[in-house]
Amino acid sequence: MNRINQKMQEDKKLLSLYFTAGYPELNNTVKIIKDLEASGIDMIEIGLPFSDPLADGPTIQNSSTIALKNGMTTKLLFEQLKDIRKTVSIPLIIMGYFNPMLQYGVEAFCAKCAEIGIDGLIMPDLPLAVYQDEYEAIFKKHNLKNIFLITPQTSDERIKEIDNASDAFIYMVSSASVTGSKTGFGQEQTDYFERIASMNLKNPQIIGFGINNNETYTQATKETKGAIIGSAFIKHLTENGADTISDFVQKIR
Amino acid sequence: MNYNVTEKGYYGTFGGAYIPEMLYPNVENLRKNYLKVMAEPDFKAEFDQLLKDYVGRPSPLYFAKRLSEKYNTKVYLKREDLNHTGAHKVNNTIGQILMAKKLGKQRIIAETGAGQHGVATATVCALMGMDCVVYMGEIDIARQAPNVARMKMLGAEVRPALSGSKTLKDATNEAIRDWINNPVDTHYIIGSAIGPHPYPDMVTRFQSIISEEIKWQLKEKEGRENPDYVVACIGGGSNAAGTYYHFLHEEEVGIIAVEAAGKGINSGESAATSALGKEGVIHGCKTLLMQTNDGQITEPYSISAGLDYPGVGPLHAHLYKSGRGEFYSATDDEAMQSGLELTKLEGIIPAIESSHALAIFKHKTFKPDDVVVISLSGRGDKDLDNYIKYFNL
Ligand SMILES: Cc1ncc(COP(=O)(O)O)c(C=O)c1O
Repeated sequence: MNRINQKMQEDKKLLSLYFTAGYPELNNTVKIIKDLEASGIDMIEIGLPFSDPLADGPTIQNSSTIALKNGMTTKLLFEQLKDIRKTVSIPLIIMGYFNPMLQYGVEAFCAKCAEIGIDGLIMPDLPLAVYQDEYEAIFKKHNLKNIFLITPQTSDERIKEIDNASDAFIYMVSSASVTGSKTGFGQEQTDYFERIASMNLKNPQIIGFGINNNETYTQATKETKGAIIGSAFIKHLTENGADTISDFVQKIR
Repeated sequence: MNYNVTEKGYYGTFGGAYIPEMLYPNVENLRKNYLKVMAEPDFKAEFDQLLKDYVGRPSPLYFAKRLSEKYNTKVYLKREDLNHTGAHKVNNTIGQILMAKKLGKQRIIAETGAGQHGVATATVCALMGMDCVVYMGEIDIARQAPNVARMKMLGAEVRPALSGSKTLKDATNEAIRDWINNPVDTHYIIGSAIGPHPYPDMVTRFQSIISEEIKWQLKEKEGRENPDYVVACIGGGSNAAGTYYHFLHEEEVGIIAVEAAGKGINSGESAATSALGKEGVIHGCKTLLMQTNDGQITEPYSISAGLDYPGVGPLHAHLYKSGRGEFYSATDDEAMQSGLELTKLEGIIPAIESSHALAIFKHKTFKPDDVVVISLSGRGDKDLDNYIKYFNL
């Protein structure tokens, strides 16, 4: 069974962390992943940096720019991860933008992910329709789960379509925003979380964007299976380096 | 060969809507409604009336006698430079602001390179009493100062794009991020024939007034609707798309595109996308794109802020790949010389973008009885500083 599906069956709330590969240092990808697992993190999104990350705010954008300057590439990331499954067992997801994947070759990219032991992909700018028309068969062949996003503006009809096309979890964007832009959740978000919970979707939901402390983590996981933290963790890495990962995790839960 | 957009938004293999889910409701709403709205009689009437009384259309089709003599062919200039605000960009912003109103939006955002699209957007926002935020690369803010001042005077807020190359591509990223953050009340007026479907087609249709007029104007002057060639510069490709539109399926009309070669195609400082680009995805659209082998988008360069874009609209990628279009590129030097030449021969100071189209004569020789229509997409007022510096005037 795919590690993500297995993880979703565990009887607990999940905490997933995003970091940009190649940031702050080119070669600490493996160390960060190991430290995150050791700190009790349930799942990791490894960011493959892109020059023009449309859905990201300044924090992740900046980390991507620096990672690229440091020399991160798709090939190098795969090289860094080649032995990762000897030591790490939690689900690993690559999050990136579609163009680098397209240039690597979608089939080759997926095959490489399978070889390494990557469990899923999040490609915000690979839309549902294109995925279904052109790439679903390739993802399935390599047992890679494609994770789709929904937002407060996504219609019920579309959410059901996305639920049907998904087989892992649904990434619930907490509010209308790029990453890292909102602080705290208000009534509007709470209503949205409850509305989605009441839809009884077949896939569990995990909330991302705007989670940065214990309070927002607790709010986000009240109605859902878990939460994803990105920008706040990148900020922590910027301010404290990669040796203090467990300090960050302890502040969240 | 078909050069119209397909139901799913493709021109050949190019186009589509590669957008994050956050943009889906807005883009889908636009996709479902744009053709319907454009066909409504009151929409058409208001669009036509504004183009006539406010923009000053039809723009003249001017026979450039001395330029024709110099190059021993018949050159007509389509005078988009005479439009209100000084470029073709306003054709699109008039159309899109009316569209935004129909869709119930109150706030407008835009990206701009040369500032022409920003000015054209700020202008229609003033006209309609709507809030306006224009994103502009920090470098472009410095090299197009008069247009920044204009936008501010028109009541727009100009926000600098500080990321990446700090030019048009980055301004576009920032505008898209703004739209993600403001999904309900905001319409994004894209300034070229780029972006996710339906933008390239919608912008092309609003700009197609250019070739619609060329047809009847040429009939009056030459007794035939079809020229032998239509020539335009390509940044994202909106003036070109409008200039070509009604000739795309007229096989006897040659379609010529001139891109910005910057300091030379192989200099590492260029914006000649068809020569340097590979198929990729930028700003929601699959097209030809300047990028590294690893799929990172390359920072383009051109002396002209309006051509400083690492992609081309999907229609143009299709025209290039299918061979329907002839693609050339002009260096900074060739464009500047051609701009000065037009000034001296015809008393018209062109925008540096348009000077690239005029540089076609440095690359191609026409026959004496060829009728060559060149899109003079904008006027050079905004570029005076650059011309003065370049020629030590
Ligand atoms: C006068 C003029 N011409 C051409 C362009 C290039 O844009 P497009 O390729 O969309 O016509 C610009 C862009 O700013 C412009 O201001």
